[in-house]
Amino acid sequence: MTHHVEPKKMYFAIFAALMILTTVTVAVAEIDLGPMNVVVALVVACTKATLVVLFFMHVRHSSPLTRLTVAAGFVWLVLLLGLTLSDYVSRGWLPQPKGW
Amino acid sequence: MADHAAAAHSHAHQFDDMEQQLDASTFGMWVFLLTEIMFFGGLFLGYTIYRSANPEAFREASHHLDLRLGGFNTVVLIASSLTMALAVRAAQLGQRIALVNYLVGTLGLGTVFLVVKAFEYHHKYVDHMIPGLAFQFDGAQPMQSQMFFVFYFAMTGMHALHMVIGAGLLVYFILKAQAGRYHAHYFGPVEVMGLYWHFVDIVWIFLFPLLYLIR
Repeated sequence: MTHHVEPKKMYFAIFAALMILTTVTVAVAEIDLGPMNVVVALVVACTKATLVVLFFMHVRHSSPLTRLTVAAGFVWLVLLLGLTLSDYVSRGWLPQPKGW
Repeated sequence: MADHAAAAHSHAHQFDDMEQQLDASTFGMWVFLLTEIMFFGGLFLGYTIYRSANPEAFREASHHLDLRLGGFNTVVLIASSLTMALAVRAAQLGQRIALVNYLVGTLGLGTVFLVVKAFEYHHKYVDHMIPGLAFQFDGAQPMQSQMFFVFYFAMTGMHALHMVIGAGLLVYFILKAQAGRYHAHYFGPVEVMGLYWHFVDIVWIFLFPLLYLIR
């Protein structure tokens, strides 16, 4: 059987990275950056999720079919969020954020 | 009986080999997780729209969440993902004792998360912040702030339900692992259990900043 066993060190390194990112996102939340607070929080969350998917969930070494499936899931999520929000925003159904 | 014992060491008859069987189960689990992404995606979308429509009321409401408890739970859940990943690794290497220990550790951390969540819910109950007839909120737009708590309880509640199901599955896996069901040539179920657990972790990775941190 040709499965890939990762060294323990790799899992601890990813865990450390996730802890550092958690600390960063909590620290940044204490500072008022205006609308950038949301952007930073989401960028950090996406980075953490990517680390978990690639390393903890082994997608890095998964079959092309599995990788395609994972990518399709996120593409469809982006479609769901993107198309719905573009509709709301372009119809002016949401209030303009402050400073726009 | 002999057939059953043999089945534990070789692939199921519809597959060419064990690797194909593992690929198939991983693929199948990801297809299920895709439906989960779309399910939670709908909740995230609803939250985004209502938050954008009522930014002030949502900000006021989110200040009533305990950042320390939310942060503590984030650390606990990520640690449980680490022990789950190490459990899968132990299964791949056929280390039975390590597998059982890591699974028990994962179950323990998952339980800590749920207990903390229960304390948070109780606190909201005492403060009349559970949406419904008894809801009371001292703010400029109490009805709009109530919407925040509708999303808070729907999203963290669905997440907690997934955790409870995951904890139940872990108990099953601990018993099977203890009995020596998994080894270096048959660890697919543990890998798939890991995928589920990590997915639930990822949902929280997004819930924590969206509910607790954006203020």
